[in-house]
Amino acid sequence: MLKVDHLTVKFPSRFGDVTAVENMSMHIGPGEIHGLVGESGAGKSTVGAAIIGLLQSPGFVSDGTMTLGETDLRSIDRFEAHALRGKRISMIFQDPQTSLNPLMRIEDQLIETILAHEDMPTSAAQKRAVDLLEEMGIEGASARMQSYPHQFSGGMRQRVVIALALCTNPELIIADEPTTALDVAVQSQVLELIRRLADVRKVSFMLITHDIGVIAQIADTVTVMRRGKLIENGPTARVLGHPEHDYTKQLMAAVPPLDRKIARFQVPDEDGPATAGKSKGDAAEAWLLGGKKPVPVGLTLDAINVAFPGVRTSFWQKPKPFVALSDISFDVTAGSVTGIVGESGSGKSTLAKTLTGLIKPESGTMTLGGSDLPGGKARSRHHPSRQLIQMVFQDPFSSLNSRHKIGAILAEPLWLYGLVEDKEERRALCADMLALVGMAPEAIDKYPHQFSGGQRQRIAVARALLARPKVLICDEPTSALDVSIQAQLLNLLKDLQSAFGLTVIFISHNLSVVRQMADDVVVLRHGRIQETGPSERVYQSPQADYTQRLLALTPTMPSDWR
Amino acid sequence: MWAFIKRHEGLWLFTRSPAVMIAAIVALAIMIGAVFAPWIAPVNPYDLASFSLMDGLLPPVWEEFGSERFLLGTDDQGRDMISSILYGARLSLIIGVSAMIIASVLGVGLGLAAGYFGGRFDAIVMRIADIQLALPAILTALLIDGIARGILPPEMQQDLRVAVLTLAIALSLWVNFARTARASTFVQMNKEYVQAAVMQGQHPLRIMFVHILPNILGPLLVIMTVDLASAILLEATLSFLGIGLPADSPSLGTLIRIGMQFLLSGEWWILWIPTLFLIALVVSINVLGDFLRDVFNPRLR
Repeated sequence: MLKVDHLTVKFPSRFGDVTAVENMSMHIGPGEIHGLVGESGAGKSTVGAAIIGLLQSPGFVSDGTMTLGETDLRSIDRFEAHALRGKRISMIFQDPQTSLNPLMRIEDQLIETILAHEDMPTSAAQKRAVDLLEEMGIEGASARMQSYPHQFSGGMRQRVVIALALCTNPELIIADEPTTALDVAVQSQVLELIRRLADVRKVSFMLITHDIGVIAQIADTVTVMRRGKLIENGPTARVLGHPEHDYTKQLMAAVPPLDRKIARFQVPDEDGPATAGKSKGDAAEAWLLGGKKPVPVGLTLDAINVAFPGVRTSFWQKPKPFVALSDISFDVTAGSVTGIVGESGSGKSTLAKTLTGLIKPESGTMTLGGSDLPGGKARSRHHPSRQLIQMVFQDPFSSLNSRHKIGAILAEPLWLYGLVEDKEERRALCADMLALVGMAPEAIDKYPHQFSGGQRQRIAVARALLARPKVLICDEPTSALDVSIQAQLLNLLKDLQSAFGLTVIFISHNLSVVRQMADDVVVLRHGRIQETGPSERVYQSPQADYTQRLLALTPTMPSDWR
Repeated sequence: MWAFIKRHEGLWLFTRSPAVMIAAIVALAIMIGAVFAPWIAPVNPYDLASFSLMDGLLPPVWEEFGSERFLLGTDDQGRDMISSILYGARLSLIIGVSAMIIASVLGVGLGLAAGYFGGRFDAIVMRIADIQLALPAILTALLIDGIARGILPPEMQQDLRVAVLTLAIALSLWVNFARTARASTFVQMNKEYVQAAVMQGQHPLRIMFVHILPNILGPLLVIMTVDLASAILLEATLSFLGIGLPADSPSLGTLIRIGMQFLLSGEWWILWIPTLFLIALVVSINVLGDFLRDVFNPRLR
């Protein structure tokens, strides 16, 4: 079927040619789901783009062969390649929101695609479109076809995208992160659909993803890539279950398991000079502790309600408010880690913003270490909690001001709270704090864009620590990071938490990650608490239906692997 | 040197685009000529003793009857065209640059605050901006001119012409800055670094000027160049219509107005040379502005 041998892709740049993919080989048989895993920058998407002939200019295939059936994909001209795309190879993209034209009815998009490749009357194309949508599991397809994309939910939209990819009976479908933008429940349905199509229709899939759980669940064979090079490939159970290559072993060790809590991830620390300065974080550590044993501080939420103004639908009526959080009450024990899990839209981030005073709750009270914690604007700029509660954000690319040097970013809490008056002292402490979070102290004179996502997240942690906080709120701190970097950051957070007696609120949509971090868990759905309790109890024997469903749907690896 | 250029995206793009290089050379040459006009220009057109009616209406040197003393000819008063243009460009640039700076300080300050505080303050500032946009620039200038005439004593009016003109132009340009600054600030407000600063309890002024401003400077610089060109054009328009600078201290617009009288009389150089000069200046500034827009917008690369 699809045979790729010794594929090399280069991108010319003003510094000479950059090799994006080097000597890549893989074979995909009919009805086979082939997973392509690797961390960001590994060249996974570039391989897909090279096969379908849509390499981003000025990239070019410099070496190797690619054949689909009898067709040599490298020797065909532009027009043949155009005819082949959609007809024999289709593509599914990550975001179903943007891969459908929002101004066209689903019906028109499907029929347009069918007619572009096949000569048939419109009525026949329409019939095929209805059949396809029904096959994808969309009920009442002939009526639903009249709708526009925005009238479908995310999962339904992704089904339509898959129908669109299938409507010309292609031999190969390249799916680039098809479930990354979806919640677990929807993800498992889409994955089931892909599996069924491969089995029943004998369509081959090339499944590009960074999520090893997804690969473990449905891929027959797998290729592991790193920095444009092939690391290992073969049957999934062999490659991921009994990896031979060191890199694959490391990768597997970094994947957080759902079924148990591991004390520390067995991953090498960030490469580079970072580890060299590890011992030098002592001064920062001593400063943070201030010579005393840390006294942790707890947090209580009582009947918190948050509502946002709704969308006005009538000129005369007041819009109905949108309830983001309703009746949220839980205690965070001093010095413990509380995990908050939920799907998108469950109110996790709203909760974090309420705690930090960015959002004002309608009603309810919060207390920090026994004293009242006002919400929203009622919390003045000089309120002590401004210093005691610090936050690590989700997006490491926007949480640091890109126009400021690392030194200036880190020094901010020090002078703002009047912790260290002397400029030189501040600088020395910031440098040492960088060493404490596992970075080279020289980073102090660089700008954020000179660092990777994981390094920036470490800087963000350092900034939070320099305020001498008691409570650290982490809002999806690892969701933008690769698994190995995620494992390093989780190790770091665990170390810091126990060393400084921090009370941590750890927010994530990823149940496996929360399991590794949390002592207690709060499960949120649509702004309501579904279940709270010690994390071992919640994960071992979930009480609420919703928690049980979430745990069942999360892709896991067979327990005999590793 | 080459390695340095290669490392900097903007400089590298610059060496790749002949149009931008030509524009930069033209704009730079005109600016240098204007700034150093008193030392470069053959005569001082403000000094009545330095020119004579006898030399009036001489064509440029390459035409018949052209004189080598006046490379681009003279006007009806016998003033050297080169000197008039250099001094004129000097005035045009002084007015344009100062109007642009006043407009940007006013507009960026208001726009940044409107974007940061939002709500009622934002509504008030933006409605004022809307009203300002509804008044044509010329009307604003006429209004301010009229008010200045009314409140200033007559002997000061001549001296303050330049200031009045600058203020009028600045007032009709600040809206651009305010709108762009406000829109960019809105985008930055959702970024987590701003939320982090708010959460830490930093002073709003510090968040606005130390955190947000450096991050929205890119689009503002583009507007600054484009608005510099508009300011120069606006000054020329006002002077052309006779509300700007008087004939004894001519700017480019005044020169064009004087030249209008000779449009159909055969003395083409009096009109066309300052006009071409103005077009070259404005076009090259606009080309540079477009280039800056490309440099600051990574998506267009």
